[in-house]
Amino acid sequence: MSVKITNRQVGDVTVVDATGRITLGEGASVFRDMIRDLATKGNKKILINLSDVSYIDSSGIGEMVSSFTTVTNHGGQLKLLGLTKRVKDLLQITKLYTVFEVFEDESSAIRSFA
Amino acid sequence: MAERKILLDSTLDSVEVAETEVLGAAREIGFHEDDLHQLGMAVRESMVNAVVHGNRYNARKKVHLSVTKAADRLTIVIADEGDGFDPNAVPDPLAEGNLLRQSGRGLLLIRAFVDEFQVLPGQPRGTEVRMVKYLAKAS
Repeated sequence: MSVKITNRQVGDVTVVDATGRITLGEGASVFRDMIRDLATKGNKKILINLSDVSYIDSSGIGEMVSSFTTVTNHGGQLKLLGLTKRVKDLLQITKLYTVFEVFEDESSAIRSFA
Repeated sequence: MAERKILLDSTLDSVEVAETEVLGAAREIGFHEDDLHQLGMAVRESMVNAVVHGNRYNARKKVHLSVTKAADRLTIVIADEGDGFDPNAVPDPLAEGNLLRQSGRGLLLIRAFVDEFQVLPGQPRGTEVRMVKYLAKAS
């Protein structure tokens, strides 16, 4: 299954719920398009919920990094929520834990944008 | 040792085919779920390199997959028919200035997920990647 992405608003934070696999091809491009669209429409506080993402490859990681840069360049913040152990391991291996702010629960993540 | 060789087209569908093939062999040897995930990821990254960067989706070029089962290990060789590449020329994705680069993490992940990893010049051309994962070293 490729990735399915929806978004919802919690206060002034846009929560992006991703489900499935973020991999080279459709999965990564769907993810990229969604984040770019949100950033260009002026959403400054974006929280990506990855708790239902079972698999991310290096292309998917690349899209997350690219999304982080896009949102930051638009004056916003992009943070991550609910990483599975496997995704956490990927962020450790790639040292991207030093780049992304990561949260275990949604309410803490929402409050952090204030 | 049982070796299985498969010739694959230079398409992203072949990435799935290779992953399925390798994971099937790994299950037969007795690798557990976390190791299967790591093996699958290493194979996917290697296949993407072969299809996208090696053969550049060229329909006339093939990817050669070899999977060899032994009692204590699985050996996977993935070879493309591209122009070859120097892995040392890939910028270090862990360097401070490279952390925000969009690409260049595939080799890092492969190295992290298998026990042995070699990038060799292909014969007669292209690039050959050889990976070994040991059952005994598996967590």
